[in-house]
Amino acid sequence: MAPKKVGTKRKAEKPSEETKTNVVTAQNGDDEHEEVDLLQTFSDNDSSDAEGDDQDSDDSDGYVQQIGSDAGSGDESEEDESDEVDSEDDGTEDEGDSEDSGEDEEESEIDGSEVEGGDEGDVSELEWESDDAMNDFLERLPAKLKNALEASLEARKTSKPVKEQGSKSDTQNKTATDKSIVSKNLKKKSKNEKVDTKKSSVKEKVESGSEDAKKKDEGTKSDVKETEESDIFKDIERRRLDPSTEYESGDTSDEEDIRNTVGNVPMNWYDEYPHIGYDWDGKPILRPKRGDSIDQFLKRMEDPNFFRTVRDPQTGQDVVLSEADVELIKRIQSGQIPDAAFDDEAPWVEYFTSEVMQTPISNIPPSKKSFLPSKHEADKVSYFVSLLKARKMKTKMQRAIENAKKRRKKFYMIWGMDDNTVEPMRRIHNNLTAPKRLLPGHNESYNPPAEYLFNEQEMKQWNLHEDNFRKRKLHFLPQKYNSLREVPAWDRYVRERFLRCMDLYMAPRGVKDRLLIEAEDLIPKLPSPRDLQPFPTTMSMVYEGHTDMVRTITVDGKGQFMISGSDDMTIKVWEVSTGRCMRTINVGGIVRSVCWCPNQALSLVAVAADRKLLLINPGVGDNLVVAKTDSLLKELPEDTTMVPERVKAAIQWEQATSEEWATGIRVVMNHFKEIKQVTWHGRGDYFATVMPEGENRSVIIHQLSKRRSQIPFSRSRGLVQCALFHPIRPMLFVATQKHVRVYDLVKQVMAKKLMTYAKWISSMAIHPGGDNLLVGTYDKKIMWFDLDLSTNPYKTLRVHYTAVRGVAIHKRYPLFASASDDKYVVVSHGMVYNDLNKNPLIVPLKRLQYHESYDDFGIFDVVFHPTQPWVFSAGADKTIRLCT
Amino acid sequence: MGAIRKRKYEEGAGNLYISRKRAMKKLQLTLKDFRKLCILKGVYPREPKRRKAAQHGKGGIQTLYAKKDILFLGADPMIWDMRKLKPHFKKMAKAKGRRDFRELRALARRHPKIDIDHVIKERYPSFIDAMKDLDDCLSLLFLFAQFPSIPGVPHKFPHEAQKLITQFLLLVIEARALRRVFVSIKGYYFQVELRGQLVTWIVPHQFGFVPTVKRNVDFKVMSHFVELYITLLGFVNFRLYQQHNLIYPPRLSNFTYGGNTRKGTEAKGTEYQALPDRIASLNEPLRKSRFTVPEEEQPLDSFLLSDNPDEAARMQKELERTNKLKTLFNGLKIFVNREVPREPVVLCIRALGGEVSWDKVLFAGATFNEDDETITHQIVDRPSMDKQYISRYYVQPQWVFDSVNAAQLLPVERYLLGVVLPPHLSPFFDPTRDQRYKPPEELEIFGSQSEEGSQGAKVAEKKASEDEESSEEDEEENEDEDEKDSEEESEEEAEEPKEDDIDEDLPEEEKQRLAKKKKMAVKKGTIAKEEPVKPELEAREDEYLRSRLVRNKHKRLFNSMMEGRKKRMKEVKLLTNKRAQLEAEAAAAKKEEKRQRKKAAAVLQA
Repeated sequence: MAPKKVGTKRKAEKPSEETKTNVVTAQNGDDEHEEVDLLQTFSDNDSSDAEGDDQDSDDSDGYVQQIGSDAGSGDESEEDESDEVDSEDDGTEDEGDSEDSGEDEEESEIDGSEVEGGDEGDVSELEWESDDAMNDFLERLPAKLKNALEASLEARKTSKPVKEQGSKSDTQNKTATDKSIVSKNLKKKSKNEKVDTKKSSVKEKVESGSEDAKKKDEGTKSDVKETEESDIFKDIERRRLDPSTEYESGDTSDEEDIRNTVGNVPMNWYDEYPHIGYDWDGKPILRPKRGDSIDQFLKRMEDPNFFRTVRDPQTGQDVVLSEADVELIKRIQSGQIPDAAFDDEAPWVEYFTSEVMQTPISNIPPSKKSFLPSKHEADKVSYFVSLLKARKMKTKMQRAIENAKKRRKKFYMIWGMDDNTVEPMRRIHNNLTAPKRLLPGHNESYNPPAEYLFNEQEMKQWNLHEDNFRKRKLHFLPQKYNSLREVPAWDRYVRERFLRCMDLYMAPRGVKDRLLIEAEDLIPKLPSPRDLQPFPTTMSMVYEGHTDMVRTITVDGKGQFMISGSDDMTIKVWEVSTGRCMRTINVGGIVRSVCWCPNQALSLVAVAADRKLLLINPGVGDNLVVAKTDSLLKELPEDTTMVPERVKAAIQWEQATSEEWATGIRVVMNHFKEIKQVTWHGRGDYFATVMPEGENRSVIIHQLSKRRSQIPFSRSRGLVQCALFHPIRPMLFVATQKHVRVYDLVKQVMAKKLMTYAKWISSMAIHPGGDNLLVGTYDKKIMWFDLDLSTNPYKTLRVHYTAVRGVAIHKRYPLFASASDDKYVVVSHGMVYNDLNKNPLIVPLKRLQYHESYDDFGIFDVVFHPTQPWVFSAGADKTIRLCT
Repeated sequence: MGAIRKRKYEEGAGNLYISRKRAMKKLQLTLKDFRKLCILKGVYPREPKRRKAAQHGKGGIQTLYAKKDILFLGADPMIWDMRKLKPHFKKMAKAKGRRDFRELRALARRHPKIDIDHVIKERYPSFIDAMKDLDDCLSLLFLFAQFPSIPGVPHKFPHEAQKLITQFLLLVIEARALRRVFVSIKGYYFQVELRGQLVTWIVPHQFGFVPTVKRNVDFKVMSHFVELYITLLGFVNFRLYQQHNLIYPPRLSNFTYGGNTRKGTEAKGTEYQALPDRIASLNEPLRKSRFTVPEEEQPLDSFLLSDNPDEAARMQKELERTNKLKTLFNGLKIFVNREVPREPVVLCIRALGGEVSWDKVLFAGATFNEDDETITHQIVDRPSMDKQYISRYYVQPQWVFDSVNAAQLLPVERYLLGVVLPPHLSPFFDPTRDQRYKPPEELEIFGSQSEEGSQGAKVAEKKASEDEESSEEDEEENEDEDEKDSEEESEEEAEEPKEDDIDEDLPEEEKQRLAKKKKMAVKKGTIAKEEPVKPELEAREDEYLRSRLVRNKHKRLFNSMMEGRKKRMKEVKLLTNKRAQLEAEAAAAKKEEKRQRKKAAAVLQA
């Protein structure tokens, strides 16, 4: 270790000229060689110790020896000295070789051994002196102080190199900034001590050495020890008297080797490593081995110096504190000045004179202001006096209370005494107060009736809308607690209050009209159906027999018989009261329309089968009438007029053949297009046929008595859906898809055009009075037209779900009916008053649903009984039903 | 010279409204200041009639304020105070940075104070207007009175709120103004009537403060409201105290620092410290002012003036109820056990004339001890008690609340210690509304208040008596129905000979005459029973046809109304069914239990 140390010294810092000269001046020439020798031995001793220890510095003996050799003057200082000597040596030897150092070592070995013996004795003596007290003291020494000691030790070491480089006077200050206060103080003190001891020892050495240098070499360290104490005072005295001698004792060279180069870093950084730092060569310094707790205990028991052994964190070595160190610590602990040599009762030295000068330094005369009393103060005093006189002077406390009172919020009568008085002032424009929150219902109770709690299905719904709270039935889950103490805090309480606040300040407000009426108030006030009887309510008869859909029916003027036309190409004659099928006549085509001749003197039915219109005598009822009809139709009227070509092309009248005659057919009229509808005039002489595809010839009017036809229109007005004669006046209603046109047959002009606003008209029926028209449309509507009132519908009823196919008005009773594909027959009350100021009263009365649907078709036709409040309906389910 | 060109949106809706962004720019305020100003001044966004025009043709939905409101905001002096704040805070920050604490202190002393008294007068032109807005005010202050100091909420607010609501509650007690109470899962609802206005508020259940997640709640917004409401309630309290001849502010003994021990209180933490004091002060009488203001005559016969006879009857009923309620707990001495939430119970009892006390050791303000023999009721909320006094009833707290709602002291039997409580119902239902589910208990408790009035009460009584009997009847029925049938028959048979017996007393001739008469007599016709479903169906059909006559103009409205009705009726039906099911289950369980008991008895006998 020693050679290394020396080497590093050399490498790191070449001994400067300054230090050398310093040393020289310090020693002042007297007994230079002697001292050098002496010091050399010290250094050798030190190095030998190190060598003896080898790398393993665990052995504390080495330190003990060191201390011994030090003779109580702090191992550091001793080292410093040795270093100094080294450098000096270097200087003298001109960068000495390794051989020289080797020689030194050899010498030192001998010296060391010699010194060792002396050392041991010395230590033992020291211990003897202070054993009891010291033990006692160090046992009491708290861990803190121990740490402080360690810190001081460390500080001393680190401070050394700085000192070496900088000027000595600064070093203390420099290091001081780095350390904590305690360690600083400690260090300072130790420094002083060290300096003193060093000096004293050196002095002593010098003195004694001059007389007998050899003696010293042999190891009379005890002398040094003894003389030291007494010399300290002398030394201080001397130093005080002569400041120049302060550094002469060789403090200049208190440079110290740093074995660890890690710098001033927390040593716990190295806790995980096997080494604790690096030496000057960059080699790791291994962590000295430490015994286990038993070793520690043994050491404690056996080692007399254990109490003053501290560990050097830099090297990991144990260091035994010297007597002086211990003394220092004791002084610190007892609150004394650490430096025993410091005289705190020394006489005062006056640095500045207290004598008054006779003449002023400046020539400016003093201002007048400085002689006059302060005006401001006078004011203040007078103010205070006035306050005192008025007894208004307040203490600070009183003033504070007053201020607090002033700051406190004061409430007063902000509104007048009257509750409702409003003081006019600028306010929010057209203020809308926020609505109050809804008050809770039974379900919010902590103990609601059990039915309010959610069942499984409701719970499922609740959980389903976990993300979308708005879809939930309630914003909370109803819960039931058996007693009040079980009710927990509601977790959304603060949030709910916050949302209310947000609503108050962010939700836009506006006036919204709210209806206070009930839904019933929106329904027009109408008489009850019970008061409007009679009307058909139940089905009483079913006429079965057709094999296909029944498209059309008609009832004779007395209401005794009924004829139906079906897709099975037959018409059937039924007895209304019994439901018996009297006759079946095959007409050789799909029957789209049948219509009984309203003339009571004739027994005749017009049947539209495909392109043929057949006039059939059903042969039922009064035999006289039947016979008369036959005889009437047998003979052809005289043809006097020419039939125009246009008419001839559209229709040809034919007398029935004998075969046809047998089946009941009397006249056959061949049309040029398919006939959709046939309708009689009220008198029973004229009748009209409708062929939607006939364009301008789609409506043809026939006269039975003269067996001739005429085409009233020269121009097509669209697809004609149906036509109808006015019951009284010579008028014809023609329904195209969207409009109903009313033609005056006498004047040959269009009298009116009724706007239905429907997409497709299906059927029409006229009130027996002739002033009201009922129109059914395929777009589900039924329209009642009051012809005197307007060309717009007086009332539109939407009582059907699907297309309306047939409408009918009763000839006697104020009833009308509509049939639709939704299988319903709706019977309504339609009262027309004679008073022109009174509008018709329309009340839906009854929905009759007895038919079954067939292929999306429901009911095709509806017809009233001429005398009774009965209604017939022809359905797609091949039946005809009578409701009474 | 051409005509002045008309620009779009310069008149009409476009000129009436202003978006929030533009409003802030106009007032030169940050969003933070603008928000505070809006909250304090009560300026709110408006819903324009024509939004597109109001937004100057822009799509989406903007927050629109009335332009006049914004001009009104701009004229407020508060705006200048707010503008002063920013440089003030800058100065403070500077002083702090310089560590100039003297300056800092001086600045803190000179902190610009924003006075909002004039706002109260603006927002609430009359005192009644203020009373109408008291619901939210009280609810929020009761919440804040619970709070510890929270970031974003000035620390004095909870304290102030505490003080003001204590004053308010004291006034409620003094004025005997409490009308209804409801214990909900959210908290306690109280309804009081002051100056003819119904004020309802909610108090949360007393439990530890649970910090709310920050993103859920912005305490800054709430604290602006609290600032306003504290001022409002202060003025309202002042006014109410004046009108009741009381000195404002009331002087209350400070229990926190008073002689009473507080060591035993469970309350820990700042949020609770004030609560026991609040309750304690409820037990104190208030000092009357020396200047007696003549008491305003209550307009007692105002209901006679109203045209609507129903309304008049309702008002009459309400008045009777109020008169009864005011002396409900008079003469009762009630002791509240420590496990009972004291505040609601004490408020109810004190506000309706009762005397109340609690454990002296645990809480301050007690007036008598548990061992007082004159105590009539003790409120307990535990399954059993070791030491019970014979001289008093031990009832659960719900008895107090239900009694208040029923406006009469309910029989204590159903509320005794450890008994399964009857359901607690909300007193806030609207009796005029139908299409809502009315649980049978409603009639029992609120019978006099519901629309049916005395009828309802009778029904309830009948029902109650039936309940008692029915259990016995059920038993018999279940045991042997056949037997009973036979009994009935026999009874009928027995009746007939009785008549004969009477006949026998008559002379012979008479007998013959009667016999003849019998032969000739027209037999009593039997009423043909109508099929119950049919008229209903017919009615529905009829209804359908009529509904088709609604004018097109009203069709949508009508449909929506019917939809709503359908929905409500569905809910009613659901609840009714649930109730029926539950009752059936309960009856079955009861039967089963009885059978088991009987069986056990039989086994024992054997």
